[in-house]
Amino acid sequence: MKNLIIAERKPLAEIAEMLKPFQKICILGCGTCVTVCLAGGEKEAAETAAALSLLRQKEGQKTEISTFTLLRQCEYEYIDDFIAKNEFDYDVILSLACGVGVQTMTTRMPDKIILPGLNTKSMGYPVEQGVWTENCLGCGDCVLDLTLGICPIARCSKSMLNGPCGGSQDGKCEVSKDIDCAWHLIYERLSKMGMVDRMNKIQPPKNWSTSHHGGPRTIIREDVRLETGE
Amino acid sequence: MKPESNLEKILTSGHFAVTGELGPPRSAYVDEIKHHADAMRKHVDSYNITDNQTAIVRTSSIGVAASLLQMGLEPNVQMTVRDRNRICLQSDLLGAVSFGVRNFLCLQGDHANFGNEPQSKNVNDLDSMQLIQALKNLRDEGVFISGEKLEHPLPRIFIGAVANPFADPFEYRHLRLAKKIEAGAQFIQTQCIFDMDRFEKWMEKVRELGLHKKTYIMGGVTPIKSIGAARYMQKNVAGMIVPEALIERIKGAKDRQKEGIKIAIETIQRLKEIEGIAGVHVMAIAWEEVVPEIVEGAGLYPRPKVD
Repeated sequence: MKNLIIAERKPLAEIAEMLKPFQKICILGCGTCVTVCLAGGEKEAAETAAALSLLRQKEGQKTEISTFTLLRQCEYEYIDDFIAKNEFDYDVILSLACGVGVQTMTTRMPDKIILPGLNTKSMGYPVEQGVWTENCLGCGDCVLDLTLGICPIARCSKSMLNGPCGGSQDGKCEVSKDIDCAWHLIYERLSKMGMVDRMNKIQPPKNWSTSHHGGPRTIIREDVRLETGE
Repeated sequence: MKPESNLEKILTSGHFAVTGELGPPRSAYVDEIKHHADAMRKHVDSYNITDNQTAIVRTSSIGVAASLLQMGLEPNVQMTVRDRNRICLQSDLLGAVSFGVRNFLCLQGDHANFGNEPQSKNVNDLDSMQLIQALKNLRDEGVFISGEKLEHPLPRIFIGAVANPFADPFEYRHLRLAKKIEAGAQFIQTQCIFDMDRFEKWMEKVRELGLHKKTYIMGGVTPIKSIGAARYMQKNVAGMIVPEALIERIKGAKDRQKEGIKIAIETIQRLKEIEGIAGVHVMAIAWEEVVPEIVEGAGLYPRPKVD
């Protein structure tokens, strides 16, 4: 199993409310990350369509719902293929992609209304069947070398860089007993590897400008760009 | 430069220090907190003022510090990194120093989840370690975190930090203290001590590294007002250990509040005997009126005067 972006479907009532002004609805699943985390794949698109139809029927709203699923709503290639193969007479598309997919679709289809059906939660992985956990915040300046593979930015509730706070007890975070204290895990790991002295070095203030705090980020690789003349 | 802080003078001249603690109100009405401060003015050397403790919105620590200074009392401004980024922390520090605050205690702060604005952003731009170091660099090197120079040197401030021997992993706690000292912590106030055995074990490790000679360690003491309060700390406050035997002792007492005060006095008396303990920090939030009795009972009254 592999996963990158973890999402959850929005509550049906919220979806129903945002779709109220529309009659012809396309519910569009996404076939990669959100399929793996069982939030917005083909199956969830069908389930959402069935539940929404039923609800709108009860409320006496006219409804035409179709469903499709793209392999990835975050790539133009798949979106273009979708556009080519479909007659577009929907009032609205409910995208069951992550926030990236919804926006890529919007960019490619600027004259359509595309609404989000999911809440995008985090970057992480499936720990076990039915459990997904966040483990990367995309801070733009990876520190996993300091901790030998356990991220204090994503997994410490306070994103501390210099060891556990005073709220760490029995290996658990003060925020919830369901959260492992990342620094407790790091301490155990470094102890096991004989490298606990790494925690004795003061880590200076983090450069957050490489993260979202520096503004929206774009990577440009001139070496792999295609020349695109007008 | 000579110390400007009374607390620093008391500690550096070898006296056993006593600090009190004040929790600002959830309003701008500060008469009551000023009254509490006044009632213990002869019994403590300096007053910690908490910074939106347990993530509940209160009058700012710096705001109350201004009131104390007007009353001729010495504040110790607590600063958490939860709500302010490095721009604001450094700016608030300068602001507080500008009107006479000289003691600062650097903390991480309880997660906003606990408080009355659980939907807020937790800032945590710096961590508590980095805040200690930033304050030291502002004072000693005259530089901001950015490396830019202050336009005028900072007066001598006294930099404090906290230590919690009751949090985990226990084997790391004295090393974390060592790191805070290296970062610049000149005095340390510990979490409330109810489990004296664990505290003494921690102090042994502290002494092994000679840390008690590099900073002034003040033991945290809280009188237990009721069984309910003890249970609350035992079950709901992360990083606190309240042994069952202690609760049983209070339960069995004729006058439970008197017993709570007695235990606090005994704790201080034990702390006075521990090598490397330079003072006590008495936290009697919502029970401020018993501080004089505890300080006197522990033989720490009158407070020394140092010029």
